Amino acid sequence: MAVVGAAAQGSRRSFLSRLGKLWAPIAETQGLARVMLATGAAITFVFVVLALFARWIAPYGFSQYEVDGRRFPQLAPPSSAHLMGTTVESDDVFSRIVWGAQTELKVVLLALVVSLVLGVPLGLLSGYFGGPLDRGLVLVMDALFAFPPLLLAIVIAFLLSSTVGSGVVTAAIAITVVYVPQYFRVVRNHVISLREETYVEAARALGAKPFTIIRKYVFFNVVQNVPVIGTLNAADAILTLAALGFLGYGVQPTEASEWGYDVQRALSDATTGIWWTGLFPGLAIVILVTGITLLGEGLNETINPVLRKRRFVKVVFPERGKVPAE
Amino acid sequence: MSTSGTSLKTYALTRLALVVPMVLILLTLVFLLMRVAPGDPISAALGGRVPVSVINQIKHQVGFDRPLYVQYGDYLWGILHGDLGTTITDRRPVSSIIVENGGATLELTIAAGIIAITIGVVVGLLAGRYRDTWIDVGGRMFGIVAYAMPVFFLGFLAQLFFGVYLGWLPTSGEASPITQAFLPVHTHILIIDAIWARNWAALWDIIRHLILPAVTLGIVIGGIFIRLVRVNVIRSLKDDYVEAARARGISERSVVYHHAFRNALVPVVTVVGLQMALLLGGAILTEETFNWPGIGQTLIKYLENRDYVGVQGIIVVFALIVVFVSLAIDFVNAFIDPRIRY
Repeated sequence: MAVVGAAAQGSRRSFLSRLGKLWAPIAETQGLARVMLATGAAITFVFVVLALFARWIAPYGFSQYEVDGRRFPQLAPPSSAHLMGTTVESDDVFSRIVWGAQTELKVVLLALVVSLVLGVPLGLLSGYFGGPLDRGLVLVMDALFAFPPLLLAIVIAFLLSSTVGSGVVTAAIAITVVYVPQYFRVVRNHVISLREETYVEAARALGAKPFTIIRKYVFFNVVQNVPVIGTLNAADAILTLAALGFLGYGVQPTEASEWGYDVQRALSDATTGIWWTGLFPGLAIVILVTGITLLGEGLNETINPVLRKRRFVKVVFPERGKVPAE
Repeated sequence: MSTSGTSLKTYALTRLALVVPMVLILLTLVFLLMRVAPGDPISAALGGRVPVSVINQIKHQVGFDRPLYVQYGDYLWGILHGDLGTTITDRRPVSSIIVENGGATLELTIAAGIIAITIGVVVGLLAGRYRDTWIDVGGRMFGIVAYAMPVFFLGFLAQLFFGVYLGWLPTSGEASPITQAFLPVHTHILIIDAIWARNWAALWDIIRHLILPAVTLGIVIGGIFIRLVRVNVIRSLKDDYVEAARARGISERSVVYHHAFRNALVPVVTVVGLQMALLLGGAILTEETFNWPGIGQTLIKYLENRDYVGVQGIIVVFALIVVFVSLAIDFVNAFIDPRIRY
């Protein structure tokens, strides 16, 4: 038993150290890739902080329209009392943005985790084993893929809204349905090309079981792509969530604040020249999505060997010593 | 040489045959999605507003009281005959929605597509050619921000600036009411109708209405093209034939313009086709932002009224468009690139 335990621990350590290896190329970045990585990480970090500490950062609640029985002014321009002004419902725009960050984080994390948990194993199995399972899954996933992603999300959110209600979970499920086929496709296609690699063939020849091969030889090669797709999808997921909110199928206004919904409400303000109700939530979306995209692109340039540019190490020849000239 | 003709034909036929199961699965998926949802469509659409007996009567009329497999067969049979059903709330045949509102969507998506391709190709080529210079950084930043920009937010800014602040362009609708009232309808595509009627004042009015929505959607979609064109240019500039051209002493200018760019743009054809889905999704948002009377806005209306037949019909049409555009793109690609016809 003890031996088994030690062996398990050993394999776990190698699992961690192999994950650690994924970090190595990040330290080697240079130039634009490095700038993109750093900027993206910084922006993302700021929004994560806003989301985690919304309770303390936001001056008011996300649908709070009065304090001590005194109602906030309607559509007040930005001032010291309301940094980004107030909406037609007298909500404080700044507070809605801070609370909105929390909504985005919740939905995107939930959606990403679920789509990874569903998409990656399905892709691994389907790609490695092939056969009728593979063919069936590919057909269904391709059919899902043929839908305009936003349309699919709208329909799912619409169908769930009558039963589950419109909240964080509904929005996350709607986004998950869009992304599972993407992970599935990327992972499956990669596995298919890996399946014929010499080292996998060697492992098979040595009598390794399929699951061992998948776990030890295939998984780590496939998983290298996941951080890139994951971050790029997170950016996309935020846009989808905002679009759902804009169309009225995202998170309901009574449940949490959502930036897309706020922009939709602000469209009617625009005709009278009121800019602060739409500009700030819209900017929040743009900045966060830009940040996450920079992070993803930066990661791509670091991890993807086709795009990667390593630092040139300057070769310094030893001086020719004190060889006298002539 | 003689085999290449037949192989293209074989490829086309195989590809065409593959579309059948794909479409069938799509249709089934839509049907299941719309029916698996609890509650029947009629009660959802009319529940609470009319007595139960009326609901049951309508259910019987529409055929929702029959077993599911009969409904499924009926649904497929109907689609085969171009009958996508009649909406519950306002009794419009879905096919006539497609004809009447489709024109507006077509006008918007084509205009936006042209703008997107222009932006994507020009900026992408420049960024790829001058990799790692300020042009590249600027082009990529533009691409990333354009991608990060929700189309409705860009629309909001455009309305605020060009519509309200400068007062140059209209921010809502496809044409002014007068134009719409007096222009004889031929195609439901207003631009074509105006040219048909040789009504230049109306044409100008329609174009003015088109500018903001089309540019907004075009910029957002163009952001994606920039990235793709750039990567392709970088890849083809590294290719052997470019190196070979350089080695033959062809001027750098000619190498870039005649050898690298042309080949870099071939894969873009595919990608433009794949972006069709994105363009349609973006069109839904743009139509909602600019109050554009297209299919997307109609879809949102039926979603709000919980009109399942309307929603189902429009989704089917969207999905079919995507499938057939990708089919057409595959044909074009097979025609251009013989390696695809394996």
